[in-house]
Amino acid sequence: MMFLRLLSDVRWRAANPRWRRMTCSRRSTSSTAEPHPISLPAQAQVVICGGGIVGTSVAYHLSKLGWKDIVLLEQGRLAAGTTRFCAGIVSTARPVSIELKMADYSNKLYQQLEQETGIKTGTRSTGSISLAQTQDRLISLKRIASSLNVMGIPCEIITPKQVAQLHPLINIHDLVGAMYVPGDALVSSADVSLALATAASRNGVQIHERTSVSHVLVQKGRVTGVETDRGQISCQYFVNCAGQWAYELGLSGEEQVSIPVHACEHFYLLTYPLKEPLASSIPTIVDPDGRIYIRSWQGGILSGGFEKNPKPLFTEGRNQLEIQNLQEDWDHFEPLLSALLRRMPGLEALQIMQLVNCPETFTPDMRCIMGESPTVQGYFVLAGMNSAGISYGGGAGKYLAEWMVNGYPSENVWPLDLKRFGTLQSSRTFLRHRVMEVMPLICDLKVPRWDFQTGRQLRTSPLYDRLDAQGARWMEKHGFERVKYFVPPGKDLLDLDQSKTFYKPDWFDIVGSEVKCCKEAVCVIDMSSFTKFEISSTGDQALESLQYLFSNDLDVPVGHVVHTGMLNEKGGYENDCSIARLNKRSFFMISPTDQQVHCWAWLKNRLPSNSSLTMEDVTWKYTALNLIGPRAVDVLSELSYAPITPEHFPSLFCKEMSVGYANGIRVMSITHTGEPGFMLYIPIEYALHVYNEVMNMGQKYGIRNAGYYALRSLRIEKFFAFWGQDLDAFTTPMECGREFQVKLEKGMEFIGQEALLEQKQNGVYKRFTMFILEDHDTDMDLWPWWGEPIFRNGRYVGKTTSSAYSYTVERHVCLGFVQHFDEKTGEELVVTTDFINQGEYEIDIAGQRFQAKAKLYPFSSLFTHRRRKDEMELSDLTGKR
Amino acid sequence: MPAPAHLFPLIRNCEIGRICSTVCYCHRKHLCCFSSHFAHGHFRCAPQRKFAALCRPKENFNQFIHARDYASTPQRFYLTPPQVNSILKANEYSFKVPEFDGKNISSVLGFDSNQLPANAPIEDRRSAATCLQTRGMLLGVFDGHAGCACAQAVSERLFYYIAVSLLPHETLLEIENAVESGRALLPILQWHKHPNDYFSKEASKLYFNSLRTYWQELIDLNSGETTDVKEALINAFKRLDNDISLEAQVGDPNSFLNYLVLRVAFSGATACVAHVDGVDLHVANTGDSRAMLGVQEEDGSWSAVNLSYDHNAQNEHEVERVKMEHPKSEEKSLVKQDRLLGLLMPFRAFGDVKFKWSIELQKRVVESGPDQLNDNEYTKFIPPNYHTPPYLTAEPEVIHHKLRPQDKFLVLATDGLWETMHRQDVARIVGEYLTGVHHQQPIAVGGYKVTLGQMHGLLTERRARISSVFEDQNAATHLIRHAVGNNEFGTVDHERLSKMLSLPEELARMYRDDITIIVVQFNSHVVGACQNEEL
Repeated sequence: MMFLRLLSDVRWRAANPRWRRMTCSRRSTSSTAEPHPISLPAQAQVVICGGGIVGTSVAYHLSKLGWKDIVLLEQGRLAAGTTRFCAGIVSTARPVSIELKMADYSNKLYQQLEQETGIKTGTRSTGSISLAQTQDRLISLKRIASSLNVMGIPCEIITPKQVAQLHPLINIHDLVGAMYVPGDALVSSADVSLALATAASRNGVQIHERTSVSHVLVQKGRVTGVETDRGQISCQYFVNCAGQWAYELGLSGEEQVSIPVHACEHFYLLTYPLKEPLASSIPTIVDPDGRIYIRSWQGGILSGGFEKNPKPLFTEGRNQLEIQNLQEDWDHFEPLLSALLRRMPGLEALQIMQLVNCPETFTPDMRCIMGESPTVQGYFVLAGMNSAGISYGGGAGKYLAEWMVNGYPSENVWPLDLKRFGTLQSSRTFLRHRVMEVMPLICDLKVPRWDFQTGRQLRTSPLYDRLDAQGARWMEKHGFERVKYFVPPGKDLLDLDQSKTFYKPDWFDIVGSEVKCCKEAVCVIDMSSFTKFEISSTGDQALESLQYLFSNDLDVPVGHVVHTGMLNEKGGYENDCSIARLNKRSFFMISPTDQQVHCWAWLKNRLPSNSSLTMEDVTWKYTALNLIGPRAVDVLSELSYAPITPEHFPSLFCKEMSVGYANGIRVMSITHTGEPGFMLYIPIEYALHVYNEVMNMGQKYGIRNAGYYALRSLRIEKFFAFWGQDLDAFTTPMECGREFQVKLEKGMEFIGQEALLEQKQNGVYKRFTMFILEDHDTDMDLWPWWGEPIFRNGRYVGKTTSSAYSYTVERHVCLGFVQHFDEKTGEELVVTTDFINQGEYEIDIAGQRFQAKAKLYPFSSLFTHRRRKDEMELSDLTGKR
Repeated sequence: MPAPAHLFPLIRNCEIGRICSTVCYCHRKHLCCFSSHFAHGHFRCAPQRKFAALCRPKENFNQFIHARDYASTPQRFYLTPPQVNSILKANEYSFKVPEFDGKNISSVLGFDSNQLPANAPIEDRRSAATCLQTRGMLLGVFDGHAGCACAQAVSERLFYYIAVSLLPHETLLEIENAVESGRALLPILQWHKHPNDYFSKEASKLYFNSLRTYWQELIDLNSGETTDVKEALINAFKRLDNDISLEAQVGDPNSFLNYLVLRVAFSGATACVAHVDGVDLHVANTGDSRAMLGVQEEDGSWSAVNLSYDHNAQNEHEVERVKMEHPKSEEKSLVKQDRLLGLLMPFRAFGDVKFKWSIELQKRVVESGPDQLNDNEYTKFIPPNYHTPPYLTAEPEVIHHKLRPQDKFLVLATDGLWETMHRQDVARIVGEYLTGVHHQQPIAVGGYKVTLGQMHGLLTERRARISSVFEDQNAATHLIRHAVGNNEFGTVDHERLSKMLSLPEELARMYRDDITIIVVQFNSHVVGACQNEEL
């Protein structure tokens, strides 16, 4: 019955030409009087809130995967809101690999949807052309083209002349090139959404319009049901696909789920047909330097863009009905109109039909938000599409459905995971300010090492002011300010905008001297942002639980530090951490900064919930200073009057000791870089004192401050993988040369053990490898970043995950995974050491290939050459600051 | 759908230019009236414009030739925008009233001031100060003529006279006793000065003694009544002018000072002074500078309220007053060519003893004065039909206004501004600048036939009107930019601005006058709160 009603509704819409014209009037007045024919079910397995492209896609994919007991609730009508107004462009040209995969899947899905459901979706492959007005833009397009090509998506870099052949209206005189993706498509977004809904309802999904969710019911940290304006539904899973209302809905329940999204107004223009109507097959134009897109629309054009000065809205939270009444703002649209007429001067005489104001939802980092709430089990979210809802909707729905059904999606979605944000990154003011930076970023040039400028200085180390006064330049991770490098007094760097480059950056020499100091003397890096947990118990529960959760053997003598992975069932890294055994029953755990939410949720859900075991997040209690370099030992021993020689303080040890006047400093003989040195975990009230003592005492050993760029260069040349960059939930220790951190025979079962045993027997299908670029000119050539395709004997075998210039070998080092695809079938084969060693490698940077030497083990010794006596000079006697 | 703006019918009539709202229209009309202004410039190209008949013939002739050169071969040299800005901003000054814990909050948020010279050296002066022993803030602009000496003296001294007039008897006594016993004095004024606003050190002792005499008299006269601001302002103006006159008659043994006091007395200056204390705003005006209140209407638009009357031939009451003060036989010769005695444009002014002293007194002072004075044709010249002096007074007209929350700012400016801009435009430009909001009707297509090209043209024009706002950090600078650079559409035209600012010194005065502007911004919250208290 439900299904029939829906279908008739769909037919009505398809037949009504007024509706298809996207007129602004309140739609479907003819059917508003309809009463609710069906009452809500009392219970369901899954309740999805939101009937836009995202909600219907989730319903569609869940039902495909065999879950049938699903209810989809929509507060207005299906495919209303942003979905109805959006421009309907499916574009696969995305810089982030997971987003690219989602868009590619969406495109393929929409192509066959009409056949599957019989509903016209208006899908047509027109192709898209992304224009470059500058060389830098062309480089960024070439980078995207490289990754599209290795994914098997047809794509080519074309000349301005070829652009003119593909699209007669374009003014090409200011272009330097373009990227043509022939497979990109246009769809009628509302129809796609309705088609997905229809297919889902055929599979048994119940769809109820005009039903709004007031809040989600939670008991003992689990979803138990939803409260709607038409009654309660009890359920096991709730999916928040409420788009720009996802934030408010998240906060509406007793157990709040923070979903950092914020809406901005978005404008596009509709025109009447041209004199000679524009062919519907004409490619869509994206002109990022002009900040606009242009597609054909009913013989005329549809053109919108992402202006520099966006207008955020609904900051205070508003009733959704107002979305219909948003006003056109021509003065605001003026720069985009200028860009349009500059791109297509022939359109001057074209008559305007309407300027549509369609709010879009943005997130703090321009990536969508997906996954399960860290606080409420069974509460899933998919929202914040950053105005690419149509491109991502299909793929994102698929991954979320897999996540719910299988426990994890089929791809690494960490870049999109809700848990990458803490609650502290969802204040309304923060979001309002940040989205004003994010929306223009959609069209901005995306260069390596870009930092957001808004919403900064949220979390800082107690040493922030001290470091800042000494020339620190900052970046931000998980809301925490971290030093990139220190600009020496009297030296100036370029302005922010001018510093954007794909080539050698202006800080090259600065970081070089910091690295040199780490190698030859001693440096201090403030690493307070690291996530720090303390886990302790009254008995042996802590040890037992951790032995189960971690792959390395934690039953080590007190005072030892263990590097270990926190693995999932497939043996993949959920976290990579260092754990110090403080005493028999308590452990101190250090994880990457952005693990704060994820790791906490992972452990909370898996540790026994009895009171004898306690876990505390002590991140804010300790300031962490990393003393790196051969002289670190001298500095520390002078400050503590304790023997710190390797005999007394071997590597991977942890001791509480006094430094200066301060007691109870946790000193660990690790540096996260492979260089000699110590991490000092200092209770925050001593931070300034210890820092001052270290700097004063260190003077005679040539101490100086250093930042994370130096750290990165050091760890990459030492072949150290970092979680979140190189390692993810789909990477096992076996694949990255860390068998030694897995104790399969520790006499206790642990998560992922089976998978690892299997891998040990059968071999691995990808292998973490280090590449030294051979014919790369650091000064003249484009720098590698990450995500560059790797070619072995001319065939694509994988992508890089991180890269840095090694000041020691004076070459670029890229880290990445090598796979082995069968030459005929494309099937994945086992990667052996011989396979790695017997290949000729190339790295593709924006279409240019550089020879690379592959290594599976770090350089045996990366000592800087010892200087001979006769090479010494006076400047060696001066401080290195 | 909101009510559609009534814009597009106009587009259909192909009159895009008219769409820029009525304000724009007004302005053009205004400019039209003034388009003859430049022609007039030649006609009254005297170095001291206010004395048309007194120009030195030789110089005038030369200037005339130059002007013709200029007209036939326009300069090819233009200033770049940064050069323009550095000229416009050279004299800008801003003051924000500091707030402490919300106590003692002022109805004045702060002020912006600036001046652009046309004369070399500039003859305008400006002053701003906070009264320390009474509440309130004083702001004034002074337009000098026949030199800058009088304007300079008035700018240094007038506020002291006003402040003293406002002081209660006890405070005056305290100050006098301190002087008598050589103790430190209570400070009376806190000046807010641009570095270019100098005070003369040499005359400061002389000025102090005159001021002391004034307060001693006030002490003796002690009426026991509380001081009325209006009366205080009038008394201060008159007293200062009187002192200027007396100092010149008495002379000074120091020859430099002697010459100075004579120059002060023989030159002249108008003054327009505002005193703001809570919701009480008093404007005392002498001459043809002007005070104008910027009012924001309920619909957000801006209107202007005059807070002073010009004392010149255009003001019927003023002409009437002058005629009343002199015998009927002089009626015809009193005002000629819109000038007092055919010579002076403002009908009230400080200094200008040539229009105040008897012929005998003038002759005696000039003859006994220093040689420089004797050699000066101008000082020796007696105005024609000079029968019943004085013809000129420094007595101000005072207007009292109770501030309302919709009164957002006050503009004090010399006539250099008002002869190029209509007060309605001044209100709009400053209002939009201060609020950062540009009151333009939003555009809606609403069913009319508009092409992308037409819309683009319209938007670009609207944008141009806004963009000039963001160059300036100072409302007065912004106003000067418009006054000098406005084209017929009411938008700043860089080329025009550049031309006007690059005029050589000797020509500048023909195309524009010295401009001095103070824009005082009011704190509507405080004003609203004060108002409620009074209710």
